[in-house]
Amino acid sequence: MKEIQTIQSQTKTIKTTERISGSEAIIKCLLAEGVDIIYGYPGGAIMPVYDELYKYQDDIHHVLTRHEQGATHSAQGYARISGKVGVAIATSGPGATNLITGIADAQIDSTPMVCITGQVGSHLLGSDAFQETDIVGISTPVTKWNHQITKASEIPEVFAKAFYIAKSGRPGPVLIDITKDAQFEEFDYSYEKCTGIRSYKPVPETDITTLETAADLINTAKKPMVVWGQGVILGEAENEFKAVIEKAGLPSAWTILGASAIPTSHPLNVGMVGMHGNYAPNVLTNECDVLIAIGMRFDDRVTGNLATYAKQAKIIHFEIDPAEVDKNVKTDVAVLGDAKTSLKALLPLLNENSHTEWHQKFKDLYQIEFDKVIKNDLYPTKEGLTMGEVLKEINIQTKGEAAIVSDVGQHQMIACRYADFNVSKSNITSGGLGTMGFALPAAIGAKMAAPEREVVMIAGDGGYQMTIQELGTLFQQRVPVKIVVLNNEFLGMVRQWQQLFFDKRYASTEMVNPDFVAIAKGYHIDAKKVTQRDDLKSAVTEMIDCQGPYFLEVCVEKEDNVFPMIPTGASVSDIRLE
Amino acid sequence: MSIEKNLYTVSIYTENNIGLLNRISAIFQRRHINIESLNTSVSEIEGVSKFTILVRMHEEQIKKIIGQIEKQVEVIKAYYHSEEDTIYQESCLFKIKSDLLFDERQIQNIIKESNARIVTVNKEFFVLEKSGRTQEIELLYRELSAFGIMQFTRSGRIAVTKDEMKISTMLKTFQH
Ligand SMILES: Cc1ncc(C[n+]2csc(CCOP(=O)(O)OP(=O)(O)O)c2C)c(N)n1
Repeated sequence: MKEIQTIQSQTKTIKTTERISGSEAIIKCLLAEGVDIIYGYPGGAIMPVYDELYKYQDDIHHVLTRHEQGATHSAQGYARISGKVGVAIATSGPGATNLITGIADAQIDSTPMVCITGQVGSHLLGSDAFQETDIVGISTPVTKWNHQITKASEIPEVFAKAFYIAKSGRPGPVLIDITKDAQFEEFDYSYEKCTGIRSYKPVPETDITTLETAADLINTAKKPMVVWGQGVILGEAENEFKAVIEKAGLPSAWTILGASAIPTSHPLNVGMVGMHGNYAPNVLTNECDVLIAIGMRFDDRVTGNLATYAKQAKIIHFEIDPAEVDKNVKTDVAVLGDAKTSLKALLPLLNENSHTEWHQKFKDLYQIEFDKVIKNDLYPTKEGLTMGEVLKEINIQTKGEAAIVSDVGQHQMIACRYADFNVSKSNITSGGLGTMGFALPAAIGAKMAAPEREVVMIAGDGGYQMTIQELGTLFQQRVPVKIVVLNNEFLGMVRQWQQLFFDKRYASTEMVNPDFVAIAKGYHIDAKKVTQRDDLKSAVTEMIDCQGPYFLEVCVEKEDNVFPMIPTGASVSDIRLE
Repeated sequence: MSIEKNLYTVSIYTENNIGLLNRISAIFQRRHINIESLNTSVSEIEGVSKFTILVRMHEEQIKKIIGQIEKQVEVIKAYYHSEEDTIYQESCLFKIKSDLLFDERQIQNIIKESNARIVTVNKEFFVLEKSGRTQEIELLYRELSAFGIMQFTRSGRIAVTKDEMKISTMLKTFQH
């Protein structure tokens, strides 16, 4: 804690202190950080904090989820839609370990989150006490930072640091473990926000020469192409980004987590890259002469086989995290720094351009994809309903203004491919970890953070059942999330792989499902099931018009596949259309 | 990419923190990299600790690892150095039966030639200490094992670099 002491001694404010318990201090720290909602589940080792939450219930809204995993995903949904730090709280032992999936998800998707866990009394640490688990050890590889508090006096500094670390630079999850005695202990409380840590540099300095080299490359490029990621959204650089691509006329493709930074309908938006991305940006990745990566990390689901990825292109990488540079793809120019500042500085260095012929290539390839894939997905002629037409109907009825919270699987790829995004921070999905069960709790968190937004959750029948208990949370909190389950009676994405790569040996992917409508109704949620195309439109209308939460099950074609597809190990340009 | 794996000395300057060893070793473990030796100690700067880790790997790979290490909040700076860039020592202790010291003239010669030092002698055993480069210690081990070694232990490598490290100035610029 040395660094914080230094900081504090430098700011010569006179601090007022009050003598309170550790657990009350925790609430006060949360309030000082502007936290209004936290998600969690009580238990022995965290009870003193819950007792304070009871007293402070007018100031801070605690949402009782039905599982600690749900608390983390709700905190993530909250953070993803608002840009604020999400907070989850749990007891020691199983409460703490139940947080791990959400923490790992937040780590790989750079989501700012603070998790608080209770811990056994400090005199019991290391003794295998009841519900003792080494959560600091367990969470180390999946947190940006973590810390165990054993003395109440550490609370203000550690909390201030936690929020600062979670939110600054490349965001991520932080875990604070607090022994029960530290929760009870009284001390002189005062709070000061953290403004810096000497060993931690959240944003690297931007070297102006790298910007100049990047601008030269872009200005002289004949076939430039942008691939942007979540860095644009996390850095709140949407406007700067738009200005750059518009000035230089750059066709721009997105990774899943980058989606929605600019509207789907923007003429320079050429679609999604990666395994189930669009045909044109994948194929043309291997034809462009300059590839401009902005706030993305060349995930293997994006690049396919690295040995054949954009080998012909000069690569420019705008990146906040120096460890990402050259990690997967060797760059020619790395522009370190945050996206907003870098792009702002880049703009005046760029020449105006339009690259009309090059754009035409994207349009031509789009047409091929439309004829082979998109047409059948959105305007099917066969009898069974497609996932794509459900998305199309939602687009129409929400005018592309909804935030789409998707789970993991085929429906996720379809949602990302076909949802219209007019507003940033609208594609909330588990990208890096691919966590089934993410959607329902995340949608609850998102809707609570942004009640003014329409939040439509899309899940498969598999993933929905992984956190289906959160219907209880939805019901108790009356969160008007619109739940859409695209039921193909299969673990569809795995079945697709079994069909394509395992000779249709459908090992454990067929699902015998319960009456989903009855379950929703059990929680007093309006619900409907659609099996016919003719009923889809009116059902979506009923869902959107509904004031409260709504559950819509759409029975879709059982064995449809998601295309295009880059098979594992193949090159982006070997993307299959069928 | 160079095909050859080299021995690298990784020096990490850090804040004092209980969990940091775990965090740092996890970075190597994830990539199945065996740590040849590891030493933690205070550094030349008050309140700053230093890890010295010896690993055998490709340069491409070590660069990425350094990035992952530096990313940790409590890591001030990490470096990697080749053998030629550092001046290093390892240290070891041998516990040997005291009889041998008197019965085997050879042993006394070995001790003298190797610049090893007798730390303690009693009726049953004596303890020999030797600091030096890896090969020197290995040689001494081979020579003494012919006579029987009761216990042997060797320290992690400690190293300083030939070039300056500028941690203090870096810390000043970090200060807010
Ligand atoms: C927690 C977890 N377990 C397993 C998987 C592997 N997995 C990826 S997609 C998928 C199938 C998803 O099925 P469903 O939720 O019905 O969606 P669909 O693909 O049918 O749209 C599975 C099992 C995963 N991503 N997450």
